[in-house]
Amino acid sequence: MSNRDDMPRIAQEKQAWEEGPLKKVLDRFPERKGEFVTGSGLEVKRLYTPLDLEGLSYLDDLGFPGQHPFTRGVQPTMYRGRLWTMRQYAGFASAEESNRRYKYLLEQGQTGLSVAFDLPTQIGCDSDHPMAAGEVGKVGVAIDSLQDMEALFDGIPLDKVSTSMTINAPAAVLLAMYVVVAEKQGVDRRQLSGTIQNDILKEYAARGTYIFPPKPSMRLITDTFAYCSENIPHWNMISISGYHIREAGATAVQEVAFTLANGIAYVEAALDAGLEIDQFAPRLSFFFNSHLDFLEEIAKFRAARRLWARIVRERFGAKNPRSAMLRFHTQTAGCTLTAQQPNNNVVRVALQALAAVLGGTQSLHTNSRDEALSLPTEESVQIALRTQQIIAYESGVCETVDPLAGSYYLEALTNRIEEKARAYIEKIDAMGGAVEAIERGYIQAEIQESAYRYQKEIEEKKRIVVGVNAFQAEEEPSLDLLRVDPEVGRIQEEKLERLRKERDQARVDDALEKLERTARSDDNLMPAIIEAVRTYATLGEVCDVLRKVFGEYKALVNI
Amino acid sequence: MTKAEQPIRVLVAKPGLDGHDRGAKVIARALRDAGMEVIYTGLRQTPEQIVEAALEEDVDVIGLSSLSGAHNYLFPKVAELCREKGLDVLIIGGGIIPPDDIEVLKQAGVAKVFTPGTQTSEVVEFIRSRVRSGG
Repeated sequence: MSNRDDMPRIAQEKQAWEEGPLKKVLDRFPERKGEFVTGSGLEVKRLYTPLDLEGLSYLDDLGFPGQHPFTRGVQPTMYRGRLWTMRQYAGFASAEESNRRYKYLLEQGQTGLSVAFDLPTQIGCDSDHPMAAGEVGKVGVAIDSLQDMEALFDGIPLDKVSTSMTINAPAAVLLAMYVVVAEKQGVDRRQLSGTIQNDILKEYAARGTYIFPPKPSMRLITDTFAYCSENIPHWNMISISGYHIREAGATAVQEVAFTLANGIAYVEAALDAGLEIDQFAPRLSFFFNSHLDFLEEIAKFRAARRLWARIVRERFGAKNPRSAMLRFHTQTAGCTLTAQQPNNNVVRVALQALAAVLGGTQSLHTNSRDEALSLPTEESVQIALRTQQIIAYESGVCETVDPLAGSYYLEALTNRIEEKARAYIEKIDAMGGAVEAIERGYIQAEIQESAYRYQKEIEEKKRIVVGVNAFQAEEEPSLDLLRVDPEVGRIQEEKLERLRKERDQARVDDALEKLERTARSDDNLMPAIIEAVRTYATLGEVCDVLRKVFGEYKALVNI
Repeated sequence: MTKAEQPIRVLVAKPGLDGHDRGAKVIARALRDAGMEVIYTGLRQTPEQIVEAALEEDVDVIGLSSLSGAHNYLFPKVAELCREKGLDVLIIGGGIIPPDDIEVLKQAGVAKVFTPGTQTSEVVEFIRSRVRSGG
């Protein structure tokens, strides 16, 4: 970035270049397209120069890594100090089988666990519930009770790993089980580190695994905030997720805007519940998508960091610098993977992973090449993990902090995304905030509109997808695919039947009754949930008590 | 207007617990843009609810979408219930469906399975070719 004094001179020279050499070339060789845009449809100019950054202040807008507004990263040394956590989302079938996969991943050099739960678990149903038919153990591990959770982490010392759990509506219940497993391992809860996703708003907007209506759901979330702040200080008690919003079709700008708008709603709910901003804001974490437009994605991560820092400081008056620090997990974009020529997906994932690293992610999941066809095989998962290791150890991009800062294009794009996301957030504020905007269906409609536009662009070949609408292969190579044992459902049902016979039913009933009383009061729900799961009350039973008190969410159906 | 002149009616449904509805919604809108009448069920429908809705709405086509791996249980169940109720509709499916499963689903009564990368125009053409051709 150059001295302000140079600007008029640069503008003059730029004009001369445009009228002279550039024009000559354009007259003879027109460009490939009339209009160039990013993957999200933002205009891309031919050339970026210092003129595009005229209002930029290095100290106010970029600053130094580890310092407000954190544009250049949240740590002073970034990957020179410690690499990001390589965290592959995994878990399928039974707890025992998932436990074997986790041990394999840890042996392979993975540094954190990430638990995928099956859909019945995610919506708080036991494996023997009629709605669970055909779904048990399919997209993740089935957890019905503390017993399954004990098997899931058998032989894995919980003070040595950090565990991320993709669980939302019943997050408090799964966290309670984790706390009890740690206790049984003799691990102090203050030593636990990990994350629960616990982000219900994006479930209503994009992901679909909701149970209760927004109000009691927000209470469950603020109860976990209060409990974690006091008892599990290193736990990330929410992962405010743009990932699924993007997967559902949102643009990069919408991903930032809707995620941060949800973040604002959580902060406001916690403040309303009586928490202090600096008491919980440092433990808020985020989760973003890394999509195909390489430079736009890097700019997006930087813009999200800066915008959040400003919101937390300016709007909520946080004093602790850590409160304004946007730390995030990234996953490569599952929706960009193709069923055609699946090996090409290895390259897509590598580019997306590289963008996440250049954007300063704290942890990363790389998707496997076969995910448009089925759950990934062990071999595909290994390639995905190796992709991260090649970036980390061979590419050289980790040797300096925020290496692309100062690029005229990247900084201009970072400004642009921040500005456009801010405008969206103002619009959502005017509606009364994210909860209101979701209840009205506004956010869902915006995402749907973008998804439809994206598909049309592919069909009109305005957007090229290699192997799909261009460069198709005559014959598709076949991959070996993973199959989930269809017996899991039956095995879980048998386990449940045995558990219900063997446990002390009177204790279970007492604990559930106490839970119901707590749910009807204003007290924090966490202690009562912990006591309930300790008696081996099942996930379904705990959630049924809460359903009875809170009711269930009915989605707005709109296309 | 005779039945042959009426627009084709399609029920787009999400059976089971899967929450991925981007594909279902994009297809629903594309079919509507192609002149069909589309009803979208929303998430978390049991096969019974889907067939019930198909009867009530008097549809010509049921489009099922699942990305959770439960298709081998849910899709055939919908087909079976349609047969039981004497409902003569075209059943199509889409989502993350491994190639080996497609044959199994066809045997079970799912006329065609569309996987990721499908152009919406292919779905429109397929429905038109199978329902009141020319309708």
